[in-house]
Amino acid sequence: MLIRPKEGILDPQGKAVEQALPALGFEGIEHVHVGRMVELEAEDPERLGELCEKLLANPLIEDYEIQTL
Amino acid sequence: MIWGVLQFPGSCDERDALHACEIHGDGARLVWHESRDLDGVDAVVVPGGFSYGDYLRAGAIARFSPAMEAVAEAAAAGMPVLGICNGFQVLCEAGLLPGALLRNVELRFRCHQVELIEERDGGRLSIPAKHGEGRYYAPEEMLDELERNGQVAYRYADGHNSNGSVRDIAGVTNERGNILGLMPHPEHAVDPLTGSMDGLRVFDRLGRGAFASHEDGKAPRG
Repeated sequence: MLIRPKEGILDPQGKAVEQALPALGFEGIEHVHVGRMVELEAEDPERLGELCEKLLANPLIEDYEIQTL
Repeated sequence: MIWGVLQFPGSCDERDALHACEIHGDGARLVWHESRDLDGVDAVVVPGGFSYGDYLRAGAIARFSPAMEAVAEAAAAGMPVLGICNGFQVLCEAGLLPGALLRNVELRFRCHQVELIEERDGGRLSIPAKHGEGRYYAPEEMLDELERNGQVAYRYADGHNSNGSVRDIAGVTNERGNILGLMPHPEHAVDPLTGSMDGLRVFDRLGRGAFASHEDGKAPRG
């Protein structure tokens, strides 16, 4: 699961990373957002959306995306 | 009034909360997070700290504790509940209070005395704030509704909103007005020795139902 701050919500962590980049010589990078990734093995992937809604993400402030490998 | 103060692994303000409750009420006791029984208390504080290490998101794990289940039930029956700092985060994560608390602007942990304004009577309080994730957030429509319902309980005074909270909001209640979440710490301001006793006013207002909505008929606004 990839969990990231919702569009439009100030993400100070992403901003801090973005502002540090030019000092390291990385130019032209913008819209940096820092989220988190949760890896897990599930027997029943059907319920993963519910798991994200209820625990792994806070739907008020975060978007999530489920990727199956 | 007998107060109960929840204690999670990682709580750190429960002793001060207990002390404040003892001053305000007729007694106070700690309630361990694994207890499903609130031990007959009349009101509850969910204290500050870093419950369960703030893993995942601050407050996200604590809300599944047996003690929090008991608090949710008691609150639904009208019991006063005060969530301070991490306790506010827990109550938001549990869906007992609207909104969420995000990392402070500029990512700074803030620790200083702040001035708050009581929304209903305009009174000023000076109490300490100390947090890294205290930026209150709710979507615009939700904020409008909170203001319409009189659920904004405290705002930072001009120049005191150092965490970037929307509309300077420092504390909100549920619709019924028996659950209050506050980011700064009233329990650290109950003794002249530490410079302010204003914190007791928060316990007092919640204890006598002063945040209750009009419809309850318990307390007129203003």
